[in-house]
Amino acid sequence: MPALLQAATDFQTIARQAGQLIMPEAILTLFACAALILDVMLPRNRKRVVAWVCLAGIGASLVSLGILYFNISSREAARTGFFDMIIIDNYAVVFKLMFLIGAALSILLSIKYLDTEGEQRGEYYALILFSVTGMMFMASGVDLLTLFISLELMAISVYILVGFLKRDQRSNEAAMKYFLLGAFSSGVLLYGISLVYGLTGTTNLAKIAAALPTVASANYNLLGTPADMRYLVLLSMILMAAGMFFKVAAVPFHMWAPDAYEGAPTSITAFMSVAVKAASFAMFGRLFLYGLPDLRGALEGDPANNIAGLPGWALLLGIVAAITMVWGNLAALIQNNTKRLLAYSSISHAGFTLLGLIAGNQTGYTAFIIYLFIYTLMNLGVFGCIIALRRRGIAGDRMEDFNGLVRKAPWLTVMMTIFLLSLGGIPPTAGFVGKLYLFMGLIETGNPWLVRLAILAVLMSAVSLYYYIRFIRAMYIEPESEPQPLSLSRPLQTALAVAVLLVMLIGVYPQPLIRLTQKAATSQGLKTYVYEEKPAATDSTDQPGAVPLPPTPPRR
Amino acid sequence: MSAILTKLLLVTPDWVRSLTGERQPNVFWAEYVVWPLIQIVIVLFVILTLVAYLVYLERKVSAFMQARLGPMRVGPWGLLQPAADGLKLLLKEDIIPLKADKTVFVIAPIISVVAALVVLSVIPWGAAWATIANVNIGLLFVLAVSSVSVLGLVLAGWSSNSKYSLLGALRSSAQMVSYEIAMGLSIIGALMFARTLSMSGIVEAQQSDGIWYAFFQPAGFLLYMISALGETNRAPFDLPEAESELVAGYHTEYSGFRWALFFMAEYAAMIVTASVAVTLFLGGWSFPGLSLIQDRTIFVLVSIVVFAAKVFALIYAYMWFRWTWPRYRYDQLMELGWKWMIPAGLANIVLTGVWYVLALPESAGGLFGFMQAAPGQIDGRLVPTTAGKLYFVVTGFIISIPIMWVLLATINRRSRDFNLQEQRQLQMQLRRERLEKSASAQEADGTP
Amino acid sequence: MEKALFIIIAVIAVAAALNVLIQRNPLYSALSLIGTMAALSVLYVMLRAQFIAAVQIVVYAGAILVLFIFVIMLLNAPKQQLQIDKQKGLRYLAIPLAGLLLAEAFYVVWRVQDIAMPVVKEGEEAVGTTWSVGVALFTHYLLPFQVAGVLLLMALIGAVVLARREGDK
Repeated sequence: MPALLQAATDFQTIARQAGQLIMPEAILTLFACAALILDVMLPRNRKRVVAWVCLAGIGASLVSLGILYFNISSREAARTGFFDMIIIDNYAVVFKLMFLIGAALSILLSIKYLDTEGEQRGEYYALILFSVTGMMFMASGVDLLTLFISLELMAISVYILVGFLKRDQRSNEAAMKYFLLGAFSSGVLLYGISLVYGLTGTTNLAKIAAALPTVASANYNLLGTPADMRYLVLLSMILMAAGMFFKVAAVPFHMWAPDAYEGAPTSITAFMSVAVKAASFAMFGRLFLYGLPDLRGALEGDPANNIAGLPGWALLLGIVAAITMVWGNLAALIQNNTKRLLAYSSISHAGFTLLGLIAGNQTGYTAFIIYLFIYTLMNLGVFGCIIALRRRGIAGDRMEDFNGLVRKAPWLTVMMTIFLLSLGGIPPTAGFVGKLYLFMGLIETGNPWLVRLAILAVLMSAVSLYYYIRFIRAMYIEPESEPQPLSLSRPLQTALAVAVLLVMLIGVYPQPLIRLTQKAATSQGLKTYVYEEKPAATDSTDQPGAVPLPPTPPRR
Repeated sequence: MSAILTKLLLVTPDWVRSLTGERQPNVFWAEYVVWPLIQIVIVLFVILTLVAYLVYLERKVSAFMQARLGPMRVGPWGLLQPAADGLKLLLKEDIIPLKADKTVFVIAPIISVVAALVVLSVIPWGAAWATIANVNIGLLFVLAVSSVSVLGLVLAGWSSNSKYSLLGALRSSAQMVSYEIAMGLSIIGALMFARTLSMSGIVEAQQSDGIWYAFFQPAGFLLYMISALGETNRAPFDLPEAESELVAGYHTEYSGFRWALFFMAEYAAMIVTASVAVTLFLGGWSFPGLSLIQDRTIFVLVSIVVFAAKVFALIYAYMWFRWTWPRYRYDQLMELGWKWMIPAGLANIVLTGVWYVLALPESAGGLFGFMQAAPGQIDGRLVPTTAGKLYFVVTGFIISIPIMWVLLATINRRSRDFNLQEQRQLQMQLRRERLEKSASAQEADGTP
Repeated sequence: MEKALFIIIAVIAVAAALNVLIQRNPLYSALSLIGTMAALSVLYVMLRAQFIAAVQIVVYAGAILVLFIFVIMLLNAPKQQLQIDKQKGLRYLAIPLAGLLLAEAFYVVWRVQDIAMPVVKEGEEAVGTTWSVGVALFTHYLLPFQVAGVLLLMALIGAVVLARREGDK
């Protein structure tokens, strides 16, 4: 009897929380199910109604997210729920906002595209909503179990969406490659997770963070026997990082990206390149800043080295970010298919985004979030322009398709130019703000290696301008090669207009977004690392076997 | 309950312990080895005899329904016919087809019959010692093992290397896998009331609630009975062995005693599904007025008789169905399984859950307070009051069933759209329209 | 008694698992896998995790392996040697790796003997019963459980989307 009563009260607590904490996700799931039922009931030529229903669902979800945001900001504290399975903090809310905006714009882009492809079906929109549900749980999950299941929810729906054009060979191939490599990377991630669970005995990130300094000490007391578990800790960290690198398409694990981006329906490429990437980064940040903060390790010249004698993830991420930026930008130079080119560009942007995590200070985290936010808008815009070029008989994904666009569709050309300049990081646009913050974060640390990384990033940014300018050259200078006029649909125009307005607005007046992301970056539990204050300790802590320093308290 | 059981076990097999020849009675061997073995032998003997006589019964019932006499020659009223049949099957030549996969061919009937017979161990044949094993996952065990029995059929069909067998096996596996889901869903409503998976526990729960769960769960009972027909491949769902199409289905190539094993498995499965239905929905071995019997032994014996009578009533219904309903077509069978039974099962779970939660007392989050604590219940199970019983019967019969009917009718309203032929025709029509439209558009382009 | 039973069941499980690898006919491998699953299920019963034991049978023997056998039957796997034999070179890589893994496993077993493991006492609430699994799923793990439900629904829809015949288009 006591057990039953105990369970009953637990259930009531959960029920009360469920109404508040997971309302945005619950709304999305309900709308996705409604979309599926509606899809069966609608006749074939009216399927696009489903898209509007799904947009309404995203709107409702946004409203409830707003309520949730005011709820937590009025309490000035994050709320955990479901037995510490999820946390609703500013970090989660900002990322959720990002996913919802990304999904809404993607749906707007999709309506016309699917009509052109003759694949207007309701499941498409339902799958997008399901995948956004997964992303939102990824942003707020603080338990490895929740994180992994939500990651799979997101990933599997995207695999299906990539292969949605069943009659297109390239789409099938892309889906197959993406699925196989994605499943493999999930396996790698899971291996890392299982090692962490084995080492710490918990799947809760906060508890893992608390347990790791003990487990990773040189003589950890394992069931009465002294044991050195540090290398196992390191291995699990590397495996988890590898799994996440796959998901964000960072360089040694980027091979799937160009093929998947090229073969997928363009609207899904847009969705993948922004929302999926942002969600993966959200989970990346959660895993590493919230779950494994003490494994950051030290770069040369850093004071705080928490596992003595071992390199940490800062080094790993730094190297990966550097090669990602270099490789992504160089490979993009020689591409002729615009979707492939943007795939490489998106790989290099993943490298830039990683810089924010590496910086490890508040500016860095702000940059990390703000960059993803801006990237969502500008990349969706670019893909929207490519979708606009898709018309009967023209794939629209060759560089030549842009030839002489300015004479056919001047407004579209202007918008495309703005998005491209923003991707390149040219001043009056939003992209500049994002990159500025990233570099500032790195330079603020004062670490010579990180400053060198920032210099490399600036150089690579300059290289990237070359291929963005190629588009501009094609649009403005090349003669028209294709007389067929464009057919812009109203939803597509709306999406592009919204994206371009936001990009310009953030570029000119970024303060509101910066304030929002700064709040997110100072969320509870996201550990920040301080550099300059204790330079004297540098040499002593680098020695193997030295006593680990107490973790630096997070800055509030 | 367990005290009585222990006492009975220790009293009854006294001679068993004397056999071990120890002065200290070896309780472990007596209780856990010898006594269960005796029970198993008795149950197997009874059930196998029963299976033989079920065949006889089937022939008699079919004969009477067709105004014939049925077997009359061997013994009085043909009562020795099963023995003669058994002997005949034993003496027949055992043929293994030349191209058959011999190992699998031999294993398949064994899997079938073992899966059917193992389940008998958890069925509460009667009160107290008449239950062989009171496992706390009894019902789940039944479902688990009966899900294995599909394998016997599939392997038999595959290993025979004959197209009739293979087709029969494919049909049967698809059918059994589909109807297993509906079966699993249909029992959950009753489990919500019983709050245990132990078969004896379910019977006891019905005793203390003072009602058979068929009254609380009319929809669940109906679903269970239909899916049980599907599970056991009985008419009108006997597609796997449709004589007119497949000779004899998956056991076409079997002869002699191996064939008899399949037959045995089929009839044993019938007994099992009927027993589960009786346990779950018809109060098991309990019957109003049964507790008036004072003598324990007679009580147990009468309880066995009551159980058997209920099982036989259901088996008679099976036979009745067989001779009154025509066989389903394959797509109809699948449509019934997936579009009607499974949604109905899910709806039944949801509705029962809602009724149950509403009936809870307010302290437990309910509304009406039709449930109250009662002494001797496991894990604080609540028992419905008289008003509660009435409420559950009313909701079960008058509210749930119409709601489910409307729901199913709604979701299957456009069911025709999924029909492959219709779908193809619809698309042809759409294509024709599209072609016409583009043709007219071209004309418009050509003549401005 | 319990130890003897454990040894018998464990030997059956390992023998069946080896048979999965040794058999050339995929159908025999699948059948052996059923044997392994059944033996594992008995081991779960011995650990007093009855619910998990039953689920093991329902899910693996009842559903997944029926599906395997279905696929094997329908593909009618050829009796001749499978493709594996073409890559004989990999064998020389695989055998040392397998040996290494085995050595590692033995090392772990050998080390674990020295360590006092926590022992589940008689009469203690086991973790694998219907009750404990149900309570855990509906309280502590409610959210992952529900998300997994959404995941399965989504996967189901996805399978239908990708597999549905497209008519005449």
